[in-house]
Amino acid sequence: MITAQSANLSFSHGGADHPVLREISFQIEAESSCAIIGPSGCGKTSLLFLLAGLLQPDSGTITIAGQPRSGTILQNFGLFPWKTVYQNIGLGLVLKGVEKKRIQQKVEQLLIEMGLTGFGAHYPGQLSGGMQQRVAIARALAVEPQILFMDEPLSSLDALTRERLQNLIQEIRLKKNITMVLVTHAIEEAVFLGRRIIVLSGRPGRVLRIVDNPQAGSADYRQSDIFFHRCVELREILKGEDYGQET
Amino acid sequence: MGRKRDILLAALILLGIWEVSALLLNSMALPEPWMVLLDSAGKIANGSLLDDLAISCLRALLGIALALITAVPLGLMIGAEEGLRRRLSPFIYLLYPVPHVVLLPLIIILFGIGNFSKIFLIALIVFFQILVTTRDAAKNIHRNYFLAMQTLGASRLQIYRHVILPATLPKILTAMRISIGTAVAILFFVESFATTKGLGYIIMDSWGRADYVALYTGISCMAALGFGLYLLLDRVERKVCAWTQSD
Repeated sequence: MITAQSANLSFSHGGADHPVLREISFQIEAESSCAIIGPSGCGKTSLLFLLAGLLQPDSGTITIAGQPRSGTILQNFGLFPWKTVYQNIGLGLVLKGVEKKRIQQKVEQLLIEMGLTGFGAHYPGQLSGGMQQRVAIARALAVEPQILFMDEPLSSLDALTRERLQNLIQEIRLKKNITMVLVTHAIEEAVFLGRRIIVLSGRPGRVLRIVDNPQAGSADYRQSDIFFHRCVELREILKGEDYGQET
Repeated sequence: MGRKRDILLAALILLGIWEVSALLLNSMALPEPWMVLLDSAGKIANGSLLDDLAISCLRALLGIALALITAVPLGLMIGAEEGLRRRLSPFIYLLYPVPHVVLLPLIIILFGIGNFSKIFLIALIVFFQILVTTRDAAKNIHRNYFLAMQTLGASRLQIYRHVILPATLPKILTAMRISIGTAVAILFFVESFATTKGLGYIIMDSWGRADYVALYTGISCMAALGFGLYLLLDRVERKVCAWTQSD
């Protein structure tokens, strides 16, 4: 269970404090999935970084029960171009000092699972965007996380690749019982992947609404009426905010 | 293979221009290439040139190596650690534009006229070229890479090993490419006095004796030395920066 209680965050620019997030409170159930959506620049990424422990809140608390292992997938993948696919995926384990043989087993298993067989020796620059994203997911999964934080992981991909990877993420989450927190600006993605959807306002980001979406994760959800209506519902909530470019 | 053939062709054309110029000029000051080649081959065969070639090669290599093992770690740290950068950058700013070659008298007073002074001067000049490039490269590494390392729980040392060093390596090698030219030029300068060994000495000595064929032998060997170092660097680059060739 992840609990954020009246967490505030601000950055200072030239002496003045600019609040990024204000009075953020919510809970995310363990082994569930949560999508955070909001207009550009609303502080979605900052919120994810707070949850992932990459930033500290100015006030308020963020608690994650039981100190689980976590993995994070950054926007634009954050892959290292000087490392091969194999080295990128195994890096988290190398840093932890896991023995070579274990790393090899794990990486090879992930290469198969992610459909990257035969690409271990390639460099990220030699792969398509969709494949790079699979590598990034594999790298996050290598440390066997119980929580997966994702910052707009699919935003630079074409529609078809995107859907395919959404399915893949969903499958992995269900198979491995991972708690997933996803930041996105795409309404369909939030509705497809998030059993709970946190809608943020424009800057400074506040929680506008928390939408429960228990159907997320079921097969053929994309083709159902509920999916369509929930997308409309989200669009209506966001319309009140400045949500120009992405709709 | 195509590249090798082109380089060979260019070399033949240059030799052709030399030959034609020598024939047209018909002067002692410009012997024909085959005379120089014959002279070089003879001196290498009887061993008299090998000593000079070896000692020049050693001085240049040690100078570059000394610069490399000091400038790279320092440059990486100044570039990556903000506090250090703030404190040390003003010194670099003041010391970099100084023509370090004028420190030669001081270096000889301090270290004598032996090999160390020669190596030290080469190192000193190359040091600043590598230092500044390395620092700037380390400073400009994209924030995402550090974030990605943070999400994997890396220590500072691991960040140096897996991000800062590999990310700057291509720039360091470019700096070295430029440094080779400088190092060989300084090599000639430091070998032109107070020594009886080295290619620089051969050039100055045969110039003094008006032995133009020997003079050109010295010049050609110096050029070959620079070219050899360049080839060596090419090799190293292909090995350690394979990822830059894959884009």
